[in-house]
Amino acid sequence: MALLDVKNLGISFGGLRAVNAFDISIEKEELYGLIGPNGAGKTTVFNLLTGVYKPDSGKILLDGQDITGKKTIDISKAGVARTFQNIRLFKKLSVLDNVKVGLHNKHHYSTFEGILRLPGYRWVEREMNERAMELLKVFNLEDAAHVDAANLPYGQQRRLEIARALATEPKLLLLDEPAAGMNPNETGELMDMIRLVRDNFHMTILLIEHDMKLVSGICERLTVLNFGEILAQGKTAEVLNDPQVITAYLGE
Amino acid sequence: MTSMLKKMNKNTKSNLITYGIVIAAFIIMQTLISTGSISSLLEGLMVPLCYYVILAVSLNLVVGILGELSLGHAGFMCVGAFSSAFFSKCMRDVITVEPLRFLLALLIGVLVAAVFGILIGIPVLRLKGDYLAIVTLAFGEIIKNLVNVLYIGKDSNGFHFSTKDVMALNMEADGTVIVNGPQGITGTPKDATFFIGFILILITLFIVTNLINSRDGRAIMSIRDNRIAAESVGINITKYKLMAFTISAALAGAAGVLYAHNLSTLTANTNNFGYNQSIMILVFVVLGGIGSIRGSIIAAVVLTLLPEMLRGLSDYRMLIYAIVLIVMMLFNWAPKAIEWREKYFKFGRKKKEAVK
Repeated sequence: MALLDVKNLGISFGGLRAVNAFDISIEKEELYGLIGPNGAGKTTVFNLLTGVYKPDSGKILLDGQDITGKKTIDISKAGVARTFQNIRLFKKLSVLDNVKVGLHNKHHYSTFEGILRLPGYRWVEREMNERAMELLKVFNLEDAAHVDAANLPYGQQRRLEIARALATEPKLLLLDEPAAGMNPNETGELMDMIRLVRDNFHMTILLIEHDMKLVSGICERLTVLNFGEILAQGKTAEVLNDPQVITAYLGE
Repeated sequence: MTSMLKKMNKNTKSNLITYGIVIAAFIIMQTLISTGSISSLLEGLMVPLCYYVILAVSLNLVVGILGELSLGHAGFMCVGAFSSAFFSKCMRDVITVEPLRFLLALLIGVLVAAVFGILIGIPVLRLKGDYLAIVTLAFGEIIKNLVNVLYIGKDSNGFHFSTKDVMALNMEADGTVIVNGPQGITGTPKDATFFIGFILILITLFIVTNLINSRDGRAIMSIRDNRIAAESVGINITKYKLMAFTISAALAGAAGVLYAHNLSTLTANTNNFGYNQSIMILVFVVLGGIGSIRGSIIAAVVLTLLPEMLRGLSDYRMLIYAIVLIVMMLFNWAPKAIEWREKYFKFGRKKKEAVK
């Protein structure tokens, strides 16, 4: 069974049908791309999948569990994590603390233990520090662990967002334009990193991207959206050679 | 791992410095008082100093750490003051051990303020920014006005309540009025001392700094920095907003208890529990630096002592006070001043380390 199974998903804003009859089925550990022109509804799909918007129609199944119309926090607990198109970090917190906020629901101690600094606090905090540092190491951020997130260079901020998302131990990772604003070198590194995340964390990844080099380089399957509707869907090479996709999005 | 230790030490170090400053200030003032080198007027300011520090630190939890503007802080202080004074007056002859009576009064004041924090927080925290500020302002005023129409008396049949006047209590001849509307509560035992205030400041600091550096504190700050991202990693926004708001209200309640037990007559008026007071506390927080606990303490102390220190200047007093406010704001917020300050303080810090 597919890890993410979406059937007939749709939402309207006023008179605008932003997403209509959206179907997608993503297998476990698959790297899946969502592409399309600006305003096609890609980020809206992400917002529907993470509960920011409630869909008017359709069904979302994550690993067999129905998460349609649930709250963002419950969907996060069910195992969907995301990054944002315009980076959203906790700017005044350190890089380490950003990841530790991601670990929030995986490591527990009570408020009293925290305020009174009981042994439970010390144990769990140590666990959290170790786990967070492991994650930062994967993204080459361990040296910046104590820098405020706002002071990180752009590329590292993007990587930190992915690290924070992974800290929630999701089943499905949604990346919203991870390569936006990166130079070709950084994009190359990012591609390696996304592959590494998939392989090492056995992660299923759905990503929105405009950088065709990245899309054709790492995505196994693609869905192309145009005006909220699916234009094409299938293996990356086939979709990118589809004449409809070329006229609507890629250009001659 | 070593860098992690360094960071932890930095946090702990900063907190220890804050504790150190508070303890040193207490010892200095206590010595001055016992040697009789300060005026009785200044001596009388010591307990107010303590409750203003507690109020400033607790409001900083909402304004600086949670990042929401609350203008009803004096309301929670009012609740703490009245509930504890009510208890102390009833128990004045029952519990004669002062520290025990004060401790119980403190617990009651804190608990009642916390309950009000939850009750007001649940509807109010759905709002954000300016709207939240206005509604908290309104709640603060409502609390103050409710207390002003409250009459409670006690006779052999038990307690009597009324919101009209003393006659409406329908008490028997032997009854005593405990809460007398606008006249408030008279005859509260004066149990608050500078030492108790000092201990309460330490407890407040302990709670607030430890909360900030814990799992819950990180969640609260993540809401401040980016609500949408916090939600996306599964932070329960309502729960943590309410937690910060309630703890802040409870601590304001403790300040209220101190306030009530420092005076023999407790009334609720615009100057002590009105919005003037809430704004005053906010001024401490903003001038001390939003989010900086140590800054709140220093601002609260300086701005409480200043009007008294300047009493000799009579008419020019408030003028100087206003100028000090402006200078403090520039010192804390102007980019040039921050640059200069960081340079100066970094230098000072290096020197200290070299001495070690």
